[in-house]
Amino acid sequence: MSTVTSTRPPAGPRSPAGGAPRKRPRQNNVLPHAFLAALLVYFLVPFWWVIVAASKDAAGLFGGSNPLWFATDVDYLGNLQQLFTFDGGIYARWLLNSALYALAGGVGATVLSVAAGYGFAKYRFPFRRAFFAILLGSVMVPLTALVIPTFLLMSELRLTNTMWAVILPSLLNPFGVYLMHVYARDAVPDELLDAARVDGAGELRTFVQVALPLMRPAVVTVLLLSFVGTWNNFFLPLVMLNDNRLFPVTVGLNLWQGLASANNGGGTSLWSLIIIGALVSIIPLVVAFVSLQKYWQGGLTIGSLK
Amino acid sequence: MTLVSPAAPAAAPTRPARRRPASRGREWLGLVFVAPFALVFLVFLVAPMAYAFYLSLFSSGLATGTRFTGFANYAKAFTDENFLSGVWFVVRFSLVLIPVQMLVSLAVALVIDGLTTRFARFSRLMIFLPYAIPAVIGALMWGFLYSPNFGPLDDIFGTFGADAPFLLSRDLVFYGLMNVVTWQWAGYYMIILYAALQGIDPSLYEAARIDGASSWQIVWRIKIPLVLPALFLILVFALIGTLQFFNEPQILRFLASGSIGGDFTPNIYAYTLAFSQGQFNYASAVSFALGAVIFVAVYLFLFLTRRRGSFLS
Repeated sequence: MSTVTSTRPPAGPRSPAGGAPRKRPRQNNVLPHAFLAALLVYFLVPFWWVIVAASKDAAGLFGGSNPLWFATDVDYLGNLQQLFTFDGGIYARWLLNSALYALAGGVGATVLSVAAGYGFAKYRFPFRRAFFAILLGSVMVPLTALVIPTFLLMSELRLTNTMWAVILPSLLNPFGVYLMHVYARDAVPDELLDAARVDGAGELRTFVQVALPLMRPAVVTVLLLSFVGTWNNFFLPLVMLNDNRLFPVTVGLNLWQGLASANNGGGTSLWSLIIIGALVSIIPLVVAFVSLQKYWQGGLTIGSLK
Repeated sequence: MTLVSPAAPAAAPTRPARRRPASRGREWLGLVFVAPFALVFLVFLVAPMAYAFYLSLFSSGLATGTRFTGFANYAKAFTDENFLSGVWFVVRFSLVLIPVQMLVSLAVALVIDGLTTRFARFSRLMIFLPYAIPAVIGALMWGFLYSPNFGPLDDIFGTFGADAPFLLSRDLVFYGLMNVVTWQWAGYYMIILYAALQGIDPSLYEAARIDGASSWQIVWRIKIPLVLPALFLILVFALIGTLQFFNEPQILRFLASGSIGGDFTPNIYAYTLAFSQGQFNYASAVSFALGAVIFVAVYLFLFLTRRRGSFLS
């Protein structure tokens, strides 16, 4: 009986290099580590550059100082103050808009995906296979190609240039439904649901109290992916919105970039605002991804293990 | 008996017969779970597509007004040099970009899968990080790095006595964009492949080693074949994403001084038609034609590789 437990290695490291008292593999690790270090430099250079460049004012940016090192007089606070006061503090508004769109779109899309994925996985209703086939086909419909038609439809409904124009289309996430379907099918046993029903739980209660806890890793993943997808969306708000007080930060920075390019060298410090604005806008996402690591890393396996 | 711990009843002795007779009669409730999504699906996917198709069948002119012209817009699109040059660009771009991205992400995933050090874990996270960055910001940062005004390329090439290439010039913008997209997405693909690699049963390696397989043989004969479904999934997504390329070139237009025009990719062309020229009917046709091109390309690919059922079932 107890011998069964020893046939599987512990969940942690499975290659002999991981802290096991063997010496030899250490040697072999030099090359892979050098490879990783080189890649790391490449992947981190833009981050390094934006951190360094955000310390400079316009003169420092153009003045031929070393692009990969800090300004002689580092002035983050001054730049931040400029960023948040420029044009009546519009940047803070953009950040808030981004957060609102991402939260509303992300949470909404996740709720819809979870319910639909569970429905497809655990019920055999009429036309289920046909619905699901259409859904799978739609995973391949390029959502960007839908932006202009959606704009035309929304403008018929007089909803363009409102927050709804960004939030409502973000609720559509066919891939999220697919992920939830796969996960619910494998991770929620039918027997468990039936047992709950036999015990007298209604369908909704069975879903919320029995199935949902089991689906949590996939829920977090779909939430994170939809949240990031909406936060990073550019094409949709670019098309839908005219009023710059409704812009998310991506479209806002694009607006500044256009202005800065238009009066190139016109004495504005807009370039330095764009750079520190970019830095500030990526901090929430970096923090979210780093702190939620253990959730999304598990969930991302769902799509790949088929 | 109160229903307090829903996680426990797996051991309940009253389990009914195997094929779930208890749930018969409530199967239609599945529709209730699916309905909210189905509504959004109808309103924001089916309706826009239908509407765009409808609009694409009309043409509007200043003198003639709007009138029904059938498939004339499609005939126009598929002979429109601006549209075709965009399609040709994204096809060429996919053919070069996707293999590069897959090679990079597979190599990183294999290396990280073989290591258990803290540095490997740190690298995994850092290489993934660009995925969290909006395409707008990623393109902005690289645009600045390429720029002769702000960027380090001048200094780096200067120390070797060479002139820095301008990666947004007409000749090099292809590679400049390729770099941005690879930087942005390779980490995401790497994580998916890494997860697939971690899902392989380690006893397979054990068995292979006993049979005398080298590390390379394990990679080629076991690891890569077993992550093929994941590679395939990535390929399809990369294909869909690249054919509708918009964000990066649109952002870099400001810095690219003319080498990225209003017809650079089909999506940019549709955007230009709709919002700079007000040709909404023709823009709808172009959007729809692009969707059709992508759909055909993906299905063709699935058909050719005969793996239609793999991730779609």
